[in-house]
Amino acid sequence: MGRSRSRLLVPLVSAAMLMVAACGGGGGAGSGGQGAAPGEKIKLTVGLFGDFGFGPLYEEFKKTHPNIEIEERQAAFADHHTNLAARLATGAGAADVEAIEVGYISSFTAQPDKFVNLRDYGAGEREKDYLDWKWKQGLAKDGSTIVGLGTDVGGLAMCYRRDLFEKAGLPSDRDEVSQLWPTWEKYIEVGKKFTEKAPDGAKFFDGPGEIFRAMIGQAPVGVYDENDNIVVATNPHVKQAWDLSVQMIQAGLSAKIGAFTPEWNTGFAKGSFATVVCPAWMTAYIQDQAKNAAGKWDIAAIPGGAGNSGGSHLTVPKQGKHHKEAAELVMFLTSPENQAKVFKSTGNFPSIPALYDQPDIQDFKKEFFNNAPVGKIFSDAARNLKPQHLGPKEGDVRTAIGNGLTRVEQGKQSPDEAWQQVLKDVEKIR
Amino acid sequence: MSAPVKAEARSRPAPSRPAGHPRPRRHLFDTKISPYAYISPFFLLFFAFGLFPLAYTAWVSLYDWNLLSSEQTFVGLDNYTELLADEYFWNAAFNTLSIGVLSAVPQLLFALWLAHLLNRPLRAQTFFRVTLLLPNVTSVVAVVVIFSQLFGREFGLINMVLEAFGLGRIDWQAGTATSHAAIATMIMWRWTGYNALIYLAAMQAVPRELYEAATLDGASTFRQLVSITIPMIRPTIIFTVIVSTIGSMQVIAEPMLFGAQVSAGAMATGGADRQFQTLALYLYEQGFRSFEFGYASAAAWVMFLLVVIVVGINFLLVRRMRGSLDS
Repeated sequence: MGRSRSRLLVPLVSAAMLMVAACGGGGGAGSGGQGAAPGEKIKLTVGLFGDFGFGPLYEEFKKTHPNIEIEERQAAFADHHTNLAARLATGAGAADVEAIEVGYISSFTAQPDKFVNLRDYGAGEREKDYLDWKWKQGLAKDGSTIVGLGTDVGGLAMCYRRDLFEKAGLPSDRDEVSQLWPTWEKYIEVGKKFTEKAPDGAKFFDGPGEIFRAMIGQAPVGVYDENDNIVVATNPHVKQAWDLSVQMIQAGLSAKIGAFTPEWNTGFAKGSFATVVCPAWMTAYIQDQAKNAAGKWDIAAIPGGAGNSGGSHLTVPKQGKHHKEAAELVMFLTSPENQAKVFKSTGNFPSIPALYDQPDIQDFKKEFFNNAPVGKIFSDAARNLKPQHLGPKEGDVRTAIGNGLTRVEQGKQSPDEAWQQVLKDVEKIR
Repeated sequence: MSAPVKAEARSRPAPSRPAGHPRPRRHLFDTKISPYAYISPFFLLFFAFGLFPLAYTAWVSLYDWNLLSSEQTFVGLDNYTELLADEYFWNAAFNTLSIGVLSAVPQLLFALWLAHLLNRPLRAQTFFRVTLLLPNVTSVVAVVVIFSQLFGREFGLINMVLEAFGLGRIDWQAGTATSHAAIATMIMWRWTGYNALIYLAAMQAVPRELYEAATLDGASTFRQLVSITIPMIRPTIIFTVIVSTIGSMQVIAEPMLFGAQVSAGAMATGGADRQFQTLALYLYEQGFRSFEFGYASAAAWVMFLLVVIVVGINFLLVRRMRGSLDS
């Protein structure tokens, strides 16, 4: 009896030790973070979704910090935030600097103890630089902890294909186009005219998803109220945006293509849709996907007034080892002059209003978009923004509504049935 | 041939320990402990990465455990009661079964037929056998991305062909049946060859004499397949049925990437109406999109039980499958 027990014991004990070793890894990392000893070589990792155009800035940062090496990790948009949440929960694996998009920011600012308070590293004095609402998005609930510093905002505009507009007998000049659609109702009318004479295979817009997002972004209150309650069922702005989206679908204006899908990318290249909602960061995406259509795209004002869609913050998770250096890097990357540089190279629009009046931003044009004055367009869009509170499960709520619109579009449900199911789905989101 | 060798071996005196001497210590170590050292790597890894997560999942499933909040409250079996009343869970269970049947049954039949064709003298046999395995070594992501584009509504090749023949386009992702068929096709493409190779290996062990006798009796090759081959390789068939049942209960990559073709949001929900959300995808949605770890853990355990039940039923069904050789 005794012998058989000891026989079992050896592998069991080793297994237990292995487990302890496997689980213990994360615990230690959180305690570090007092900065590197002078002259010590350290490596900072930066976790991003997609390209933020930071490459040249890293080189500049290294000039003043010769002992720091920077490694950038890029992941897909949704994966990035999922991974970050998992890594914060398990206490290991997060990068020294992590980007968070506004759709997710409030679920992360809700746990300020997982992040370094950037106020401790002098970020507090940056408050005066920022758009007020952008600054507040990066704070913990009680305002004491600065979780993230903003990189960019997504002031809205509408990108459109000049050539397709001309073929459909519509004006193609960007000011005239802007005047065609002061409201979304007018936008639908323009769409109907476009559809009558449109060239084969071209629809008025890609799909209702991004337009719905834009309409919600323009409302003073979106899917959440200030107290983080989901108000989809009671907020008239949401229902109005839904009804308008349904009207657009029923008028046959939609190419029924979901944003950020392979079909969407092909659609850009083939000119399957004439307009697409266009926050500043989208200009880089279009330029990338529709290489063959340079000069055919242009940018007009968005129907329904200014609104925001997208934009990000940079944070320093506590589990990193080099808090001081990481915070310095965040301060550097989000500094006014560097936000201006990033805008000119990639299109991500600064969240620093003082920049908007500077001539190099005001006069900045993009050749690809028929020399549209993107600097002027997007600073007007950003200046007129009405701030809106975003809730912790913004992404889930919008997915539920987007799926509802897709069901209508695919003819699987009547608009009423789809809306009822949306309300039911949203109720389940905790 | 072997007779002289055996005789020699028998004539050699059996090695025996010198009487009166104790067994050397090293020898004891070798026989009593080393075997455990040799087999320990698997078990250590299994305890660390198999058993521990399993137990931990059971523990987590009793809590209201959200990844984004630092508090976890004990809720007992609440997650399970909520789950059993969750229509989206049962919808996912139905989809999983439907996709599983649609992919596994034709896949195994087709594999059997392929193996039967290859189980005869052929030129370039190795070439054909290697080719069978090629789809299986391709990355699943690559397979699904390519197939999803083939099944695309606007620019998909399959719809172009359908149109060329004067048939209408099919919105593959939108319908329940069409999306299940598309996903089942991807699974079949990847696994048919793999199963065919396993069948082929088993068929090689069937005595040739049976076929010779059957041929003399005038049995067709189909008759031989049904009356000789299938009964003789029944254990292998049971094995493949169980393995592909388990596999199809866990399908996640195919519906997930297929949904990514519709919209970024439809990725985790398996289509706008959850028409092709499988159990594993539902688990992913709860755990890694909504970060409800407790609920997702409960789903994982219920899913585990469902797999056991389905595999059990399948095993019983296949074991009852009788061939003429048995009777």
